[in-house]
Amino acid sequence: MTDRRRRLLAWLGRRPALQAWALIAPAGLWLLLFFLVPILLMTGYSVMPRGTYGGVESGFTLEHYARFFDPLYLAILGRTVVVALLCTVLCLLLGYPVAWVIARSRRWRNLLMFLVVLPFWTSFLVRTFAMIFLLRDTGLINTMLLSLGLIEAPLTLLYTPFAVLAGMVYSFLPFMILPIYASLEKLDPSLLEAASVLGARPAARFRRVVLPLSMPGVVAGCLLVFIPALGSFLPSDLLGGAKQMLIGNLIQNQFAAARHWPFGSAASTVVMAGVLAGVLLYLRTRDRPAPAMPG
Amino acid sequence: MTGRLPRWLGAIVALVYLFLHLPLLVLMVFSFNASRFSVEWTGFTLEWYRQLLERPDILAGLRVSLVVGAISTVVATALGTLLALALARGRFRGRGALESLLYVPLVTPEIVAGISLLVLFAGLKIALGLTTIVIAHVAFSVSFVTVVVLARLAGMDRSQEEAALILGADEWTTFFRVTLPQLLPGVVSGALLAFTLSFDDYVITSFVAGSGTSTLPVVVYGMVRRNIDPTINAISTLVLVFTTLLIWLADRAGRERFAQ
Amino acid sequence: MTPAVEFRRVSKTFGVTRAVNDLSLTIARGEFFSLLGPSGCGKTTTLRLLAGFEAPDPGGAILIDGADVTMMRPYQRNLSMVFQSYALFPHLSVERNVAFGLEQRKLPRAGIIPRVRQALELVRLDPDTFSRRMPSQLSGGQRQRVALARALVLEPAILLLDEPLGATDLKLRKEMQLELKALNRRLGITFVYVTHDQEEALTMSDRIAVMDDARVAQLGTPAEIYENPRTAFVAGFIGASNFVEGRTGGRADGRWTVRRPDGLLFRVPDQPGLHDGMTVRVAVRPEWMDLFRPDQVPPEGNAISGSVREVIYLGETMHVIVDIAEGESLTVALRNEGQLIKPLPWQAGDRVAVGWLPEDCQVLEDH
Repeated sequence: MTDRRRRLLAWLGRRPALQAWALIAPAGLWLLLFFLVPILLMTGYSVMPRGTYGGVESGFTLEHYARFFDPLYLAILGRTVVVALLCTVLCLLLGYPVAWVIARSRRWRNLLMFLVVLPFWTSFLVRTFAMIFLLRDTGLINTMLLSLGLIEAPLTLLYTPFAVLAGMVYSFLPFMILPIYASLEKLDPSLLEAASVLGARPAARFRRVVLPLSMPGVVAGCLLVFIPALGSFLPSDLLGGAKQMLIGNLIQNQFAAARHWPFGSAASTVVMAGVLAGVLLYLRTRDRPAPAMPG
Repeated sequence: MTGRLPRWLGAIVALVYLFLHLPLLVLMVFSFNASRFSVEWTGFTLEWYRQLLERPDILAGLRVSLVVGAISTVVATALGTLLALALARGRFRGRGALESLLYVPLVTPEIVAGISLLVLFAGLKIALGLTTIVIAHVAFSVSFVTVVVLARLAGMDRSQEEAALILGADEWTTFFRVTLPQLLPGVVSGALLAFTLSFDDYVITSFVAGSGTSTLPVVVYGMVRRNIDPTINAISTLVLVFTTLLIWLADRAGRERFAQ
Repeated sequence: MTPAVEFRRVSKTFGVTRAVNDLSLTIARGEFFSLLGPSGCGKTTTLRLLAGFEAPDPGGAILIDGADVTMMRPYQRNLSMVFQSYALFPHLSVERNVAFGLEQRKLPRAGIIPRVRQALELVRLDPDTFSRRMPSQLSGGQRQRVALARALVLEPAILLLDEPLGATDLKLRKEMQLELKALNRRLGITFVYVTHDQEEALTMSDRIAVMDDARVAQLGTPAEIYENPRTAFVAGFIGASNFVEGRTGGRADGRWTVRRPDGLLFRVPDQPGLHDGMTVRVAVRPEWMDLFRPDQVPPEGNAISGSVREVIYLGETMHVIVDIAEGESLTVALRNEGQLIKPLPWQAGDRVAVGWLPEDCQVLEDH
């Protein structure tokens, strides 16, 4: 047995490409069949006419994409993009300082990092519910404000754009912090000392040394927040109510109550196209050479 | 980096950490609140936890989640580790295409992943249930496992495997005596991550579970939607504590070195 | 006598790059053989081909002790190797590391332990102190020794070494060079050694293959390589060299006269392949040149006149740079007999004649 095994391995050993593909095959096939093919199928559905029960029947039509020019759906698209952008900006403003502090600290670095990573991995659903618990009319914030006499009637915090945004920032913040931390960590402290010796004050040091060098991390973080935010579903579903419909909710709706699979597929394809555009943009910015000196 | 931390910077960071963790801590504290509906504290109780044991839907959901988690973790870890080995050590063409296939699932919105799988299963007339959930969970976990194991492999000195080969060990023996022992912490870390992802997933599962099968998140979602169930805090706390433990273990495993 | 190693027309291509080009050479049993060259010359690839980590392009063959091993995997060849990064297994103790190869051969535990002890003693590591330690608890030099012990415990016929002293500091390196040479002599193992350090190769080797751009530029003993370099590359890579050019014009007494563009004549020894009217490039080592006052040049030797540009203090030697023509200079290395008690009589600006004997010239094969 061992001898046969040895001969097989020796034969394989001389064919490194075959070896590699043998290792790749299981995962590769799985991803091909259960990730790539479904998405292609979904794109195919998006150009087929709707069948009687909400599925598809044979044919080719672009009517589902044409529907997006309807003001109702344009509004949803627009709202999704705006909310995703706002979420990205907020995450950047809140996340950069955190990344900076973690990168600076030596003693507490592991703990601080763990406390950022932890929410990243715990249940999205539970965290969204925690927001509900705080924000609803009978929730903690309202109850506290009422009992302190600061307000007379409960504030409507839930089912507002504010709640959706808060929920999204809450979920996506770690995605912004981690890449920025990664690029700040690589920053050589002697660069700041050199800048200091050359006469730069803290604000200038940040603007002219730290910020430019952390740009790759900032760009990565922004894309890592913006792209998934486009397809976001749970925050708007649980915290926004019917009025704050984003594309993610529209898609879910088409596959549940509205029973319109082709239209839902079309909306999904649009989101996917946005995601791929974002990824390509990211890959482009990574390869771009450094900008030349002005003047 | 020079100088002390400016006050305002420290304040912002403290607020962010508070924002990240306070809601969850509040949730956990109030799971012991005797009051059924209001947020006022009326006393400490374990009643809601006890009630969980009487809820067949929650128990069934838990069972399904654990089974799905276990199976999908084993499969995803095996697939992902092999893939990572190929990417780290392999010499082949088509690497770029493979890496795209590997990394796109990481950025694909769950809603798209979920409905595309639903479309596939419907088109192939595959009944929705435990199997389809497992298939879906493996599909989105593989990439995570691969990334974690790949990071671990990248840190390994490649010439160790060559040293083993020239000392007389064939490829099979080299993998088990040299590569795997050093890879194991990364593999364990990846497995724990995959399990957590599977255990916590709602969106994708909601599309491929069908009406007959429910995982724990699906059950919890229903409870959150209806918004009146007092045991939500209790089950949420348990889920939080459980996944925190797993993540902590994964973090410890990922950092293991071979010191004495 | 069958050579220990033989390469027959071995080539290795990676994509579009030729790393090794039509290499043929033999290595004798017990020899300390070095592959020397700059990075990218193909020396490491050649070693890896011998080890079996790469397969040669079709058409080439590698033989060990007369047997064709071209198709064999590394674990089927009877070789040992010391890696540049030492490649110790971090999850195994020193003892288990050294025992690894013996365990692969399915030797009983009772037989393994004494051999491991012996191997550690051979590399001067006390087994009682070091056996249980983990690689992370060792210094660089200790790890090196464990790597060596792990390779030697298998009593191989051939030992491959891939720049093992690259990461070592200077003093320790000199020590290790002598130890390795001593091991080679004592154990009778064939050493195949890869290095980019020409001094190291000259110190330790019985023969050196100087490699450049995927080929062997010259193969010979240290003396042959150093004193009779065949190409400008070898002359420049091994030690320092001065180069002079000219056209051949007439032979007498076994010496050719060479005429420089500026009319100056000098003589070089006869070599096969030389004929009248050829352009030749001649290499002369700085230490074989001497400086004279322009009117005191000895008649039998060659001489070129010029002016001193710079005198450089190097401790053991003094280097005098002499400008002999527009853009052309020669470096003369003179022994330093103590500048404080017997200083050199030469200073920048002095007019001098650089002289050397015809036998010390090397006519190069490329021009």
